[in-house]
Amino acid sequence: MSDFLATLPSLQAYLLVAAMLFCIGVWGLINSRNAVRVLMSIELMLNAVNINLMAFSSFVDGDLIRGQVFAVFVITVAAAEAAVGLAILLSLYRNRVTVDMEQFNLLRW
Amino acid sequence: MTIATTTELICFLVLSAVVVVGALGVVLLSNIVYSAFLLGGVFTAVAGLYLLLNASFVAMAQILVYVGAVNVLILFAIMLVNKQEDLKAITNLTTRRMVSAGVCAGLLALLVRVVVTTPWSLPGPAAVGEEATARIGEHLFTDYLLPFEVASVLLLMAMIGAIVLARRDVLATDVVTGQVADQALIEKARTPLLMNRAD
Repeated sequence: MSDFLATLPSLQAYLLVAAMLFCIGVWGLINSRNAVRVLMSIELMLNAVNINLMAFSSFVDGDLIRGQVFAVFVITVAAAEAAVGLAILLSLYRNRVTVDMEQFNLLRW
Repeated sequence: MTIATTTELICFLVLSAVVVVGALGVVLLSNIVYSAFLLGGVFTAVAGLYLLLNASFVAMAQILVYVGAVNVLILFAIMLVNKQEDLKAITNLTTRRMVSAGVCAGLLALLVRVVVTTPWSLPGPAAVGEEATARIGEHLFTDYLLPFEVASVLLLMAMIGAIVLARRDVLATDVVTGQVADQALIEKARTPLLMNRAD
């Protein structure tokens, strides 16, 4: 245990934190009934992916740091996704007067 | 173990604990406003992890974009749609949650096994450290120039799309008579358009 602690801010430790964050995000995505919380869970999952990219960039690709460039792109796409997602949520709320995910069955056959 | 490594270790442990516990709070708390503020804490702690990884530029971008923009956007959305409503009860809700928790735990076990058993090619090349920001700039304007430009176009499209989607269609004048429309009446007449299909 102390051997593991001595090496701790290691690649594996970052990957484990990211894995936990991702799984929590997946659980929240499946189980949330509030649509805003679903968007929050998606942000958590994107952050987990970013932690992975940054850890690989720092430990495996230390001289070229391509992972950091990818993380910047992921942050960009996440910002665009949040804006469009919340706009869709607003118009959905205006039409159905609810944020309950179970009520959003407009596209169901 | 020197003081520097011990400090790094303590910082890492504290930040990871904040990330995991905060994420659990985001998902599990019943009050969504608390969830949103905890989400800001999680984003800040992730930025701290980036700082531990010698990535000051991305940490700054994380704070600016996530804490400053996305989290504020989510808070505004909560304020706009936060209506206390009695959710319709779902049968087998606990079973559903347990099953999904089992699936997520399985996914976690799989990821942990992959992380632990894979022989990573460590140690890699020496880290550039403080030069990272300059190196990111070089990347963005040489070999990643096209994705950079495409990302800017994507942001423009997202902005226009968000405006179009969230816009309320209000006519300034009556179509038939040409008179100025009563804006107050339009605001009041927000009949839920698709409610009759709801069952």
